[in-house]
Amino acid sequence: MSDALLDVRALSKSFGALRATDRVDLDVREGETHAIIGPNGAGKTTLIGQLAGNLRPDEGRIRFAGEDITTLAAPARSRKGLARSFQITSIYREFTALDNVALAVQAHAGHSFRFWRPARAEAQLRDPARAILEEVGLGGRADVLAANLAHGEQRQLEIAMVLATRPRLMLLDEPVAGMGTDESQRMVRFLGTLKGRRTMILVEHDMDAVFTLADRISVLVYGRIIASGTPEEIRANPEVRSAYLGEDTED
Amino acid sequence: MNLILLIEQALNGLQLGVMLFLMAAGLTLVFGIMNLVNLAHGSLYMVGAYLATAFYQWTGSFLAAVPLALAGTLAVGVVVEVVALRTLYERDHLDQVLATFGLILFFNELIAIIWGRAAIYAAAPPWLSGHVELFAGLRYPLYRLTIILVGVAVAFLLWYVVARTRLGMLIRAGASNRTMVAALGVNIRLLYTVVFGFGAALAGLAGLMAGPIYAVQPGMGEEILIVVFVVIVIGGIGSIRGAMAGALIVGVVDTLGRAFLKPALATVLSPSAADTAGPALASMLIYLLMAVVLAVRPEGLFPARGGG
Amino acid sequence: MSTVAAPNLQPAPPPERAREKRQRVVIVALFVLLAAVPPIATAFGQPFYLDLFRRIMIFAIAALSLNLILGYGGMISFGHAVFLGVGAYAVGVLAHHGIQSGYVQWIVAIVASALVALVIGAISIRTSGVYFIMITLAFSQMLYYLGISIEEYGGDDGMRLTVRSQFPGLVNLDNGTAFYYLVLGILVLFTFLVHRLVNSRFGMVIRAARSNEARTRAIGFSPYAYRLAAFVIAGAMCGVAGALFVNHTSYLTPDFMNWTRSGELMFMVILGGMGTTIGPVLGAAALLLLEDFLSGWTVHWQIILGPLLVLAVLFAKRGLAGLLPGGGRDE
Repeated sequence: MSDALLDVRALSKSFGALRATDRVDLDVREGETHAIIGPNGAGKTTLIGQLAGNLRPDEGRIRFAGEDITTLAAPARSRKGLARSFQITSIYREFTALDNVALAVQAHAGHSFRFWRPARAEAQLRDPARAILEEVGLGGRADVLAANLAHGEQRQLEIAMVLATRPRLMLLDEPVAGMGTDESQRMVRFLGTLKGRRTMILVEHDMDAVFTLADRISVLVYGRIIASGTPEEIRANPEVRSAYLGEDTED
Repeated sequence: MNLILLIEQALNGLQLGVMLFLMAAGLTLVFGIMNLVNLAHGSLYMVGAYLATAFYQWTGSFLAAVPLALAGTLAVGVVVEVVALRTLYERDHLDQVLATFGLILFFNELIAIIWGRAAIYAAAPPWLSGHVELFAGLRYPLYRLTIILVGVAVAFLLWYVVARTRLGMLIRAGASNRTMVAALGVNIRLLYTVVFGFGAALAGLAGLMAGPIYAVQPGMGEEILIVVFVVIVIGGIGSIRGAMAGALIVGVVDTLGRAFLKPALATVLSPSAADTAGPALASMLIYLLMAVVLAVRPEGLFPARGGG
Repeated sequence: MSTVAAPNLQPAPPPERAREKRQRVVIVALFVLLAAVPPIATAFGQPFYLDLFRRIMIFAIAALSLNLILGYGGMISFGHAVFLGVGAYAVGVLAHHGIQSGYVQWIVAIVASALVALVIGAISIRTSGVYFIMITLAFSQMLYYLGISIEEYGGDDGMRLTVRSQFPGLVNLDNGTAFYYLVLGILVLFTFLVHRLVNSRFGMVIRAARSNEARTRAIGFSPYAYRLAAFVIAGAMCGVAGALFVNHTSYLTPDFMNWTRSGELMFMVILGGMGTTIGPVLGAAALLLLEDFLSGWTVHWQIILGPLLVLAVLFAKRGLAGLLPGGGRDE
């Protein structure tokens, strides 16, 4: 398992008496789409925070592409190719969609201690940004202020910014959160086009999305991974069924 | 440097620390609970000093002047809170800084209009003047000693309120999770006004005690406010314990520094160099201390929202 | 150049382009107006206005530097006036010791301000929020008290600048009009420099960090170094303003660094419009003209100014720039 792209061992974090993350083991292979599901309060956000570098684990370690990144801060992880999207949309509201993505491109296009040339005139930043906006379906909205985009479009922008950093691993925190049925299906279809080409960790509540996209699923309950395996295995797992998929397992 | 002098200066440091604590406790409570940066806190201190002086002159009795000045400062504080500060709770810190800065200008000028710009004379009452023989060879001003005792008493009172009463429980809860307290249905507005009034009274108390020792003049509030900021940064925002620790540290370091740095430097530098460097360095000492603390513990020594 | 017609991915010129054009016109008009003050003032025999507007422009330069870190960077630095003091003292102290060459004095002023900004910034920028406000304030007061305690340079009372900075062959600062145009020239230059700066890659990072820090970190930027660089640049610019100011007043006191002065600078930035190109000039003009006007009324003008400022904060956040055509925050 040490050739996994992301290798998490015995990750633990407590807030006072609450064990938010309890000896979590996780491994994600290159090209895999790995979903993490669990009931509310299971500690998914805390786990994502530790993987992305926003929270320091109390114990355990995280290896990414063979390198120990446990103590690395979020910007450094992003530079290594680990990108995340936020559950609550986190974009630059006063900038246009194009500016938003261009900034993400800029973060990985050489250093930014350039004081003279207008960043908006740099084709090196604008062209890839436009292309990515096209890819996620926002091509026609490039010059709209992010604040004026519809909620679903803002979620698409989140994904665009993740893609713009040319990540090796994408951490997607509830990408279809708050989206209507049509929008979610479009997003799921889009994420489906990334399957295999990108490595993704998907935290989601939407079971359709999860079972459509995931190669493997890990189930998080009260901070512990209680099961990990293919969608079929998870569907059949009795512990999972009782803990999460439905208390009313009368068979 | 003899022991008597050292103890005397240490006591002075303690006295300064006590006054800083009174100011810091109010400021840090208001920040911790209401997330309000209040630059006009120093103005309340100034109001306390002026009211005490005025009432003492008016009534001739210090014992009457104290509660009157306290009540007056409390009243001013509550009025300011209701009229000007309520709208600021929802605003960002920049707005709060600027608005309370405007209040400072207003209060300084108001005081100047009523009492003039020159420092006014504030005397301690005769029965508090004079010295006390603490032990062989050490005679210490009774007034300063009283300040220390009052400060300790208030610290104890604060501890009691915060740790043992329902109000204190709300305060502690609010300091660590404001939204939760609101969600629990507590009358937030009233709580805020009470907390602010409490802070204003503490500032007023510091002010009324300060009169006989420090210059009573427009702008006196800002001089001490900056030092109070240093106290809070060192001690940690939002915590009374931090305010106490920070206040004592700053009070003692500042006082001892001013008293002993020049003679200490004179042992290694030339007298004229020590003459310049001594006071200069002494005036910078607490800020250097702040820088050092920040380098090691950016959150201060006892921050309220600590890691646990 | 491809011979095959490529799909037109270029959007139609967005409305912002038109707005930028309007902004540019307003800025140029303002500078032209400022350039016209000396001849008009002389024609009407009112040299006082030359003095007043020169003072306004010097503060506009200081406000401009603060706008960079506060308006665009979102860093609430409450001790910015300290750099006015450092720049002024650099010139004053050197002149006191017989070094009157403006070239030397002003280079020292810039370097000294930059160094002070580097030290203060390196410590303060590690913190955020309220801590940052308090710490920048505390450090500026530290230098203020330092200035007071050094008797040789006048201590509390300050000292006179007997001879203005000498720029042999370039400009004679004793000529009020020549000095005026030098200040205007520097204001125009700095306005342009800041404009380039905030639209460069560097500027975009600063503005992004202000807009959404978590997102900025998530895409791979560590804001600290960028913020520190901006802080140093702003400090150096304000140091120039300080050098200009001490020449303007021919006097030097630690009060240049007083925190009320820092508060005034912040108000200039806010009143003028945060994060706009023209805001600092408008804000400086508005505040100083207001102070001038009110102080003609009553010696207790601060009691009116105080509440006015409070009201401005509560109700007029977009600032004066928001009222002008093409105005509002830079996008």
